[in-house]
Amino acid sequence: MPVRPLRRPWRWGAGAVIIVVAALLARSIATNPRFEWSVAWDYVFSRQLAEGALMTLQLTVICMVIGVALGITLAIMRQSDLWLVRRAADLYVWFFRGTPVLVQIIFWFNLAALYPVIAVGVPGLEPWVTLDANTIITPMAAALLALGLNEAAYMSEIVRAGLLSVDDGQREAAQSLGMSRARIMRRIVLPQAMRVIIPPTGNETIGMLKTTALVSVVAVADLLYVTQTIYSQTFQTIPLLIAASIWYITLTTILSIGQARLEKRYSRGAHEVDTTPWTHRVRISLARFHAPVPRRLS
Amino acid sequence: MNVHTPLILAEGVYKRFGRTEVLRGIDLAVAPGEVCCIIGPSGSGKSTLLRCVNHLEKIQAGRIWVDGQMVGYADHGDHLQELPDREVQRRRAQIGMVFQRFNLFPHMTALENVVEGPIGVSRRPRAEAEEHARWLLERVGLAEKANAYPRHLSGGQQQRVAIARALAMRPRAMLFDEPTSALDPELVGEVLTVMKALAAEGMTMMVVTHEVSFAREVADTVVFMDEGQIVEHGPARDVIIDPQSPRTREFLTRVS
Ligand SMILES: Nc1ncnc2c1ncn2[C@@H]1O[C@H](COP(=O)(O)OP(=O)(O)OP(=O)(O)O)[C@@H](O)[C@H]1O
Ligand SMILES: [Mg+2]
Repeated sequence: MPVRPLRRPWRWGAGAVIIVVAALLARSIATNPRFEWSVAWDYVFSRQLAEGALMTLQLTVICMVIGVALGITLAIMRQSDLWLVRRAADLYVWFFRGTPVLVQIIFWFNLAALYPVIAVGVPGLEPWVTLDANTIITPMAAALLALGLNEAAYMSEIVRAGLLSVDDGQREAAQSLGMSRARIMRRIVLPQAMRVIIPPTGNETIGMLKTTALVSVVAVADLLYVTQTIYSQTFQTIPLLIAASIWYITLTTILSIGQARLEKRYSRGAHEVDTTPWTHRVRISLARFHAPVPRRLS
Repeated sequence: MNVHTPLILAEGVYKRFGRTEVLRGIDLAVAPGEVCCIIGPSGSGKSTLLRCVNHLEKIQAGRIWVDGQMVGYADHGDHLQELPDREVQRRRAQIGMVFQRFNLFPHMTALENVVEGPIGVSRRPRAEAEEHARWLLERVGLAEKANAYPRHLSGGQQQRVAIARALAMRPRAMLFDEPTSALDPELVGEVLTVMKALAAEGMTMMVVTHEVSFAREVADTVVFMDEGQIVEHGPARDVIIDPQSPRTREFLTRVS
């Protein structure tokens, strides 16, 4: 008996609408001279923007390193047997999640107003080192502190979820072999927690890359700041923002490909060896990149 | 230490979780080379007793000795001194433990699972540890699975790797907590075979099990526990074939 497939005319309709809208949009973007595409394109390859992008990348990497390291520490603290240690970590997370990161950046930048002199030593004794807050809290230091410490609060949640995902039997088996707590964490628990930790950390990194744009307010020469500096003189605002966006989007794309790679590596023992061709994998990571990244109010 | 002193000795072991009393005065001696099977209804405290022997749980009263050393404490004559973590770990390393749900490390191959303890804890050279591990895997019949990840192994194979992992620490005694309960019936035999071989070689073993036939065949002594107490303890044949306590009798008719 012949089978008549179900007709789904609305699918074709929806497809047609999308194609038409996209075409109109593309034509408008391509033909509107005020986009000044040639200017944008030239600036993409300019030395200033490349340097700004490098700074953005540096900030992202350093802040994520601070965030991950401190986040792991906080997550472990939150599992401590000691009430005070747990509460201290909770307080940290509560504070840094509860205040806007932009406020934190400006706050750290103005730390000198609060503590003009930073002394290192034992309370009550002559300090070993005395530092002038104005010279050590450079814009860069303020940016790293604010973004890194803030990120740690979010990372600690992610790491904690990862640690909790590891079955208790794993710790028990490791303990029964006589392994130390630190070694159990490093060799047994963290590697397994990574499968849960890596995907959201990738999202955090991509989020961080974009969040670093906030540091332009304290005059750190990141991608956005460099862009603003140029267009405040040339008034080519739109093409410069486009040039900056091209850099941002390129960097986030590269990061999401890296994320897909890491995820695969840490799924060791959990999946078959992945034999998908790399072109397909790029498409997968692009798809992930396009998927909505849960935003947070930071 | 001579043959007549017990390798594992528990005296008046008392343990509670919050307000639930789980062990209420356990006295037990296991001689070197003895296989002691522990049977009893669910919740009677069998697992907890094994965990206390390995100091995975702290006890509130009583003492446990393994190989003449007190578990978790040092006897200073007038008081007991809680041992530092390192010392607790060192002593744990001398007792092997096998779990109901295998608890193999899923991110490591069978071989990596087995060498993790010797290399990471006992600081043995990798080559030597791997050679020993391969030999152990061969003994449990899994020489060709050395590079397999746990998820590619059947339950019975995983449990045999877990036994090899525990043996790799060259333990003085082995604790088994229902090693076959999570297995499909047709896979139980292969694990029991390995355990029988181990018993035949003179390994001191405490085995929590529901396998009454295994207990009858392999165990030297059988302990019947109920509600945190040892109800009956004696030579395997006596306890299983001719139990004295009505509670033991009732339990045995239920499981066999
Ligand atoms: N970590 C814990 N916290 C609170 N209660 C516990 C804990 N571990 C065990 N218990 C309780 O202690 C009692 C004895 O548990 P245990 O696991 O030793 O029993 P079991 O004899 O091994 O039982 P089963 O045959 O079901 O394994 C149970 O009532 C259990 O609920
Ligand atoms: Mg149990």
